[in-house]
Amino acid sequence: MRRSRRTLVALRSGPEWAIEAIIRVLGVSTIGLVALIFIFLLTEGLPAFFEIPLGNLLGIRWYPTSELYGTLPLLLGSVLITVVAMIIAFPLGVCTAVFIREIAPAWAREILKPMVEVLAGIPSVVLGFFGMVVLAPVVREGLGAPTGLTTFTGALVLAYMALPTIISVAEDALDAVPKSYRDAGLAMGATEWQTIWRVVLPAARSGILMALMLGMGRAIGETMAVMMVTGNAARMPVGLDALLRPVRTMTATIAAEMGEVASGSTHYHVLFAIALILFVLVFAITLASASVMFRRRERGGLR
Amino acid sequence: MQRYRNRRLDVLRASSRRWLVLAALICALAGCGGQQLEGQVSNAAGTIASIQNKGSDTIVNLALAWVEAYTAAYPQVSISVTGGGSGTGIAAMINGTVDIANASREMKEEEYQAARANGIEPIEHVVAQDAIAVVVHPDNPVDQLTLQQVSDIYTGRITNWLQVGGEDRPIVLLSRESNSGTYVYFLENVVRLGKESDLLLSPDTLLMPSSEGIGAEVRQNRNAIGYDGLGYVTHEEKMLAIARDDAGPYVLPSASSVNDGTYAIARPLYMYTAGEPTGAVASFIQWVLTEGQVQVDDLGFVPLQ
Repeated sequence: MRRSRRTLVALRSGPEWAIEAIIRVLGVSTIGLVALIFIFLLTEGLPAFFEIPLGNLLGIRWYPTSELYGTLPLLLGSVLITVVAMIIAFPLGVCTAVFIREIAPAWAREILKPMVEVLAGIPSVVLGFFGMVVLAPVVREGLGAPTGLTTFTGALVLAYMALPTIISVAEDALDAVPKSYRDAGLAMGATEWQTIWRVVLPAARSGILMALMLGMGRAIGETMAVMMVTGNAARMPVGLDALLRPVRTMTATIAAEMGEVASGSTHYHVLFAIALILFVLVFAITLASASVMFRRRERGGLR
Repeated sequence: MQRYRNRRLDVLRASSRRWLVLAALICALAGCGGQQLEGQVSNAAGTIASIQNKGSDTIVNLALAWVEAYTAAYPQVSISVTGGGSGTGIAAMINGTVDIANASREMKEEEYQAARANGIEPIEHVVAQDAIAVVVHPDNPVDQLTLQQVSDIYTGRITNWLQVGGEDRPIVLLSRESNSGTYVYFLENVVRLGKESDLLLSPDTLLMPSSEGIGAEVRQNRNAIGYDGLGYVTHEEKMLAIARDDAGPYVLPSASSVNDGTYAIARPLYMYTAGEPTGAVASFIQWVLTEGQVQVDDLGFVPLQ
């Protein structure tokens, strides 16, 4: 015992100190990198706001090769597709989490949990290809859309991609609800369903909200799959038929156009401005979910 | 305890020494490798020439066929071909990272200016002709359109196939991304009919990231209309006959109709070099303009003359 402690002290003066320093540098550099990326986005993106009149930049026509840089269709496109994806994925994800945590027998849980993680590992280009080849014809034939490459198809693929995030975070939240809550509910004569719906879910509310927000962050930043299945038409996604019409998202626009644009040109700056908007959006979502998480911690892990 | 620590240190030292030896060995090996490589390169500098070729996705398959045939005949030359789009290739040529830029459109004035700012005077070589085919689903009863009708369809003035003699179906517009040379050519020469105007493609147009994206949608969707280089049209898509105006004959795209000038939507394909080509680049381009025209024909493009 004494000996080992002495060895530790001796080690700390040597390699231990070095390792601590390395870990500290790595930790700080992560934050530094994010800051650098943000500064880079600012320096490349901000000129767009001076080079182009605001009316053009907030217009509804995105024709960058004809100097029409209306980002509104792209912004609304991203928001619409994300919201629809969440409407699909959130109930599904929470229900799956409830099933895995509350209802499924232990052996099923052991199989289902890793399966959900495998779901998260499918590359987005594979899902995009699946959406293009399988989902698009179904949407066209089944829902009578002129083309299968629509907002709805994209939202379906995005929902699928956000599901693993939602399920695992929601499941963790349910896991944090003490067993005594469930016992109390059942002891009061509530059925199993009533206990889940009235006691367990409300107790895990903030964690489930965080699942929604993390899923949302996952969906809004997705690029490849969206580019393959949404048709990329920069139309204003307004009106009831917008779901069954093509849409162009911010991420797909950046991905499709960045490779071709002359560096330093107005178009280049606008693409960075879009990236900046996207960064701020995702940052706000992450911040909101973090604040939810901290609030939960303050209240001792519940409510 | 003291002894214990010492022994540990010894072990540590011994192992670190072993690592040092290993590291030295690796360094030595790597050093040798490096020297060998250098030797090879300097030995071969007189015989192996390497050419970088980049640009238009329309030309990339053709360029690959050229390179395959050329390096079979002249094995001392190695040529690498990459796609990425006309603009990408031209930008790379201006920045001096490639020797030849493939382009399916003429260089823009700004690009010439950027090149001159870099001290480069780009030289243009027309290497083949390409026709752009307007394609629809094979079951679509429409066989022919005038240029004006194609323009009206793509600007969104005609939105139903019924208006051009087809079924009562909505028209789904397919286009390449705005960075594609094919897009620029189509916009200027078909949608704007070659005139000065500010007509634009309808915002409902689906912008596909690749030729294959257009092909896949046209094959699946009876509502769709698309356009693409003649070399990329497959048998599962139907090409439309195009007329310059209501009176003119409707002509299907083919090598002969492009060369005799009756097919309306045809364009030259270019290679750009930084200054007059010299050495291996010059002989390659000379070969492309003469013997290379066989591959042009094989790939569904239209040979010069």
